[in-house]
Amino acid sequence: MERFTVMPSSRKTAPLQLTTFMQGVRDCLPTLLGYVCIGFAAGMIGVASGLTALEIALMSGLVYAGAAQFIMCSLLAAGSASSVIIMTIFIVNARHFLLCATLAPSFKDNSLLHNIGIGALVTDETFGVASSQLAKGATLGRAWMNGLNLTAYLTWIISCVAGGLVGYRIADPQAFGFDFALPAMFIALLIDQLRSTERSRLKHRLMLVLCMAMSMYILSYVVPSHLAVLLSTLIVATIGVMTEQ
Amino acid sequence: MNVHPQVLMVIIGCMVVTALPRILPFIIMHRLQMPQLALRWLSYIPICILTALVIESTLIQQDRRVDLDYETLTAIVPTLATAVLSKSLLATVAVGILTMAALRLLSIFAA
Repeated sequence: MERFTVMPSSRKTAPLQLTTFMQGVRDCLPTLLGYVCIGFAAGMIGVASGLTALEIALMSGLVYAGAAQFIMCSLLAAGSASSVIIMTIFIVNARHFLLCATLAPSFKDNSLLHNIGIGALVTDETFGVASSQLAKGATLGRAWMNGLNLTAYLTWIISCVAGGLVGYRIADPQAFGFDFALPAMFIALLIDQLRSTERSRLKHRLMLVLCMAMSMYILSYVVPSHLAVLLSTLIVATIGVMTEQ
Repeated sequence: MNVHPQVLMVIIGCMVVTALPRILPFIIMHRLQMPQLALRWLSYIPICILTALVIESTLIQQDRRVDLDYETLTAIVPTLATAVLSKSLLATVAVGILTMAALRLLSIFAA
């Protein structure tokens, strides 16, 4: 709780007020390489799965979820039933509930319509950037969040379509390592979170990281990996609350 | 350049089930005051979910077995080092992609 309201004593800078749209755009820039690479890969895989560029554009604009789009493509290519695909995507993306629940208290003074606009465009990465700022004691403004979200959104759509348009020329998109942009981005955001943690709490957080590795490994034996992500997060966040000083 | 009806239906269905969990918390918490305990619990979500997503990429589920993805685990080493040392998201992603491309180019972990 403290990290949302009180500045950690070890930090010398004044609390950040993130208010402007342009600042949100700027704070999104470091993530763009990741979006471009993953979007490009998603577009190429879309074409390889038999989708047209227009279908890829619709998918990236309406669903707007990296990992889920890869899974949609492979399920469509495999000829899965629509209901199975939609149910799977629900499980894959249910974690966004937790991301948005974490961010929502920062925006509770906004109108409902504004908040729906913010929530609809939250991704793992924009959440990562926003929660890093929260961990540093910043106050998030609506315009800032929109700048962050919209920059990511437009970059994603353009990258997916670009990948779709040139995709059929490239035989093996994975050879370029683009797909690893996703875990790489998560690693950078995780390290940023740990860096913002007060020294006295770092050991506790690292213990949770270890718990998470064990939980993921064990649960992956019994449930699909996306469900393991969701369940492990619920379990380990609870362990976190119970074991904190 | 056309849109297949089944693909469109799947996209719209997936849009709905993806948008709901994104929007609902913002609607629920619009007026509701969150209890302290819930906020403390939520403060652990960033570290938990980011760790979970990284770990997910290192596991391969196959035939009721869970194997480690050694290629990804290897690529994580320089990526993690870059994240810790450079503090740069951009550099971390760039090193990650280049490492993975190199590993695959050299077919080090080719099955």
